[in-house]
Formats: sequence, C-alpha cells, structure tokens
Amino acid sequence: MALLRFLKPKNQLEEGGRAAAPVQQDDGEPEKTCPNCRKDIPLSRLWANDLVCPCGYHFRMKARQRVRMIADRGSFHELFTGVRSENPLNFPGYHDKLETVRAASGEEEAVICGTAAIGKQKCCLFVMESYFMMGSMGSAVGEKITSLFEYAIRHHLPVVGFTVSGGARMQEGLLSLMQMAKTSAAVKRHSDAGLLYVAVLTDPTTGGVTASFAMEADVILAEPGAMVGFAGARVVEQTTRKSLPAGFQRAEFVLDHGFVDSIVPRGEQKTYLAELLRLHDRGSKG
Amino acid sequence: MSVSAYQRVKMARDNSRPTGLDYIRNLFQGFLEFHGDRRYGDDPAIVGGVAWLGETPVTVIAMEKGHTVKERARRSFGSPNPEGYRKALRLMKQAEKFGRPVICFVDTSGAFCGVGAEERGQGQAIAENLLELSTLCVPVLSILIGEGGSGGALALAVADRVWMLQNAVYSVISPEGCASILWKDAQKAEAAAASLRLTAEDVKSLGVVERVLSEKDLGKPEFYDRLRVLLAEELDALAKEPDLIGSRYQRFRRLGVPGGAKEQP
Ligand SMILES: [Zn+2]
Repeated sequence: MALLRFLKPKNQLEEGGRAAAPVQQDDGEPEKTCPNCRKDIPLSRLWANDLVCPCGYHFRMKARQRVRMIADRGSFHELFTGVRSENPLNFPGYHDKLETVRAASGEEEAVICGTAAIGKQKCCLFVMESYFMMGSMGSAVGEKITSLFEYAIRHHLPVVGFTVSGGARMQEGLLSLMQMAKTSAAVKRHSDAGLLYVAVLTDPTTGGVTASFAMEADVILAEPGAMVGFAGARVVEQTTRKSLPAGFQRAEFVLDHGFVDSIVPRGEQKTYLAELLRLHDRGSKG
Repeated sequence: MSVSAYQRVKMARDNSRPTGLDYIRNLFQGFLEFHGDRRYGDDPAIVGGVAWLGETPVTVIAMEKGHTVKERARRSFGSPNPEGYRKALRLMKQAEKFGRPVICFVDTSGAFCGVGAEERGQGQAIAENLLELSTLCVPVLSILIGEGGSGGALALAVADRVWMLQNAVYSVISPEGCASILWKDAQKAEAAAASLRLTAEDVKSLGVVERVLSEKDLGKPEFYDRLRVLLAEELDALAKEPDLIGSRYQRFRRLGVPGGAKEQP
C-alpha cells in the first residue's frame, strides 16, 4: 500500500490514550473523524471494518476487541488474571492513578495473556492494552509476559504477541526497567526450545518494550502506520533540534531500515498469523 | 547522612569522577582495545577489549564519557549508539568462545538519542544484548560507576553480579524527564529523584544490586587495589557456580513479582 500521510498523534502516553470522542451526526448515527483523511466515518462502518478507515488509517483498538478479532471464536482462555501492580515504591499519585485507570479501562493491567487458537492453530497470545497507561510496562506486565513464555515452554506452544507501549512504567522505577531483562530471558529460553514467537507491533511501540520483547521475535510484523522506535519522535526532535525525516519511525520507515519483516494490515492479520503458525507446526508433519 | 537523592544524581554526573577508561587502566594490566561492531562502525562511547586481572585474562567493556570537553563530545557524553551495543555484544560473544569472564563498567545518562540511532535500530540493539546476555555461558559482572540511565545502561548490566558505587544512581528515567512527563515541570526533579528510589542504598534494597562499593579514596591507588581484590574474589566464586545461566535467570526472574502471581498451570 502507498505510504499514507499520517498526522503526528498527540502525546497520549500518560493520559490513558483516550480515542477521539465520537461526534453525533444529524441523523443520529455517531461518527469518528479520521486523523488521516479528515473524513467523518460512521462508527458502525468502522466497527465492521476492525476500526480501519476506508483510507487505510488504523485506529487504536482495545486489547479485548483485538483478541476477539484474532482468536477463533470461544478459543481464548485467559491466564494470570490476578497479577496486578500495586505501588511497590509508594510513588506519589500512582495508587490513585491505577484505580482511575482500572475503572476507566475495565482492565486490571496493561496486557492480556492466554491461550488461543488462530485459524485452528493453538498458541499462547498476549495483547497489550493502550487504554491502560498507554501499555506501559511495570512489574505486572513483565510478570505476565514472562509467565506466558514460561507456560509456552512447558506446553510446547508458539507465542503470538501484539505490542503497544509508551515504554517502561516510571512509577515503578527500576523494577519496571528490570522487566526488560526478565522478559528477554524468558523469550530466549522459549527460543532456545525451538519454539516460534511472532510479534505484531502496533501504534505506538516505543521505549523499553521496543528495546526488549518487541524486537526479539523470530518474525516481527507491524500494522500500517504504527510508530515504532526507542526514543519518542518528539524527544528526538527536541534533542537534536532538527526536523525529522518524512515518515520517521512509522512502520514503513522501520521496514525500509530492516527492522521488521512485513507490514500486515489488520484485516489480513488473522490469515497471515494462522499461515505462519501452520508453517512452523511440526506436529502436523508428524 | 543527609545527602538527598537529587544531590546523588549530581554527584553521579560529576565530570571529575573516574570514568570507564580510568577503571580499565587502573584495575587491569595490558589492556588491548578492540574496535568496531563489524557491521557499521566504531562507537567511542563504548570501549572494550581484553586485559589481565592478575593472572586471569578477562574481557572488559566500559561506557566512556571522557574528561575534557573535546573528548566528551567525541564520545557522545557516554551515550552509546546501536553500534556501541553491538560492539559490546561482539566482545561478549568472543569472551564466551574463549572462556573469559566479562567485566562491564556502566556510566551513561542513557542510550544516544538521535535520528541515526533510531534508523540503525537502537531498540533492537539493546534488546539483542538483553536476550544474548541472559544465556552467555561465562561469568558477567557489571559495576555501575556513575549514571545508570535506563535501558541504555541495562544493556551492559544483565549480569551474574551487579555492583554499584556509593554515589552512583540507577534509574528507569532521569528525574528531570520523570518530573516533566508526570508533573509537567522539570523543576520538580528533586521530588522525582526521591520518588524513583535511584540511590545505591535504595537500589540494593530493591534487590537489583548485590553490593554497594564505598567511595573512600575514589580514584586513588588504594581504591583500585581494594576493588581489584573484590573482583578477583568474586570471579573465583562465580567460576565455581554450578548453574551460572540458571542462577542468572532466577536473579532477574524474581525482580518485580507483584501480588497475584502464584504457582502456574
Ligand atoms: Zn481515513
């Protein structure tokens, strides 16, 4: 697909990533304005198309909606549901922040883990949640992802993971940073066991998640237009005081520089993942 | 003792502190520097090579900030580019091949932030180090000698033992960055520094480092003599470790296990 002229999204890293509020049309059908083509698209139409605008712009998607989109109907069994960050450093305001975010998002933490079938292929699945502190990685996220890879090793399963993250969660200080090492070590064990790991990078995947499990997969896919990087684009711009190259850190740019295997639009992801899993399914070959 | 966390941050950043190369030159003998990542270039922010610790050949890798203005600019103030991390990994793999322990000196405000660093995969370079270090089959010992800035520091600190100088700091984000993101006010860096628990004492209480090193006689021969003895003792102990990789896995596995994590299915 042609490189779309994406607008720079406003910084939602710490604000829970609220999507643009739907606007009410005269005839009563709610709409959403696409930040790429600027058209007002009826919500019903967006929902029918996995939150992809007819112009190709991929809106952010809640983790559970993504699970429904990717996993075969009724196949998802959630794991590690009780694992949730407290406030290990007694960081000011963090306890209240967690309460607010939990109430608003309906999620306990910034990642959902479980087992699923994708096109009848069994796998472990994790999906990060942009609506929970922009998918930031604290102890609970690190613990759940590590536990999922360990589960996958014990059950000889491939792992499929959808990343979205503003990076390490600063309110848990060094304990968040250590999750980068912890998850990486689990990914390595899973890899050394000869098992497949596929990462799908969605908008935005940055910081400590990019610098750990997002970039450690055997096959790294990205959604069109997703921002993928280590330092945030605005930080790079402010630090270097230079204007950034066109499309900087967008999935297409990252593909051109050799850091992702392929860009797969949302509507094709399930088929693509099922085929990847089939290609690596040693069981089926006997 | 009433040194505030933010004062520690300033001490850790002080230009007059010994830098990575000072440690290499004073602790080891016959250092041979090896350059380049064999992929793109040579990053002066990371110095590495082989040397003798007493009778033992070791691989040493250090982030180097430089002392003079010119030197500091040349070394990007100790902020490595992807090729720096890739050089470090190359030298670690070389150490593994020849059965040498690896000793790292960490001192960076963070990985280099720039267009080129992003284009050449800064995140991927750090990720690969974390991945590969987790199963490197020779002992790895890392010492935080000044600033331990986030993922850029961790890329050389996935080790069997991590030590920290008394006035070094180790943090997921700079206090200034934390204050400006959370409270939209970089002036609140003092409060952020205190909240982030980044001093050596705090970091040890979190279980992230095993030992805090006194800065008595910092930079003097007595300081290095003491440290050399400690290093030799620790490498001897690590050489006897029956399951080095398993222990390293557990070392990081137990960090940050929140409520609700229990025996797994
Ligand atoms: Zn559109």
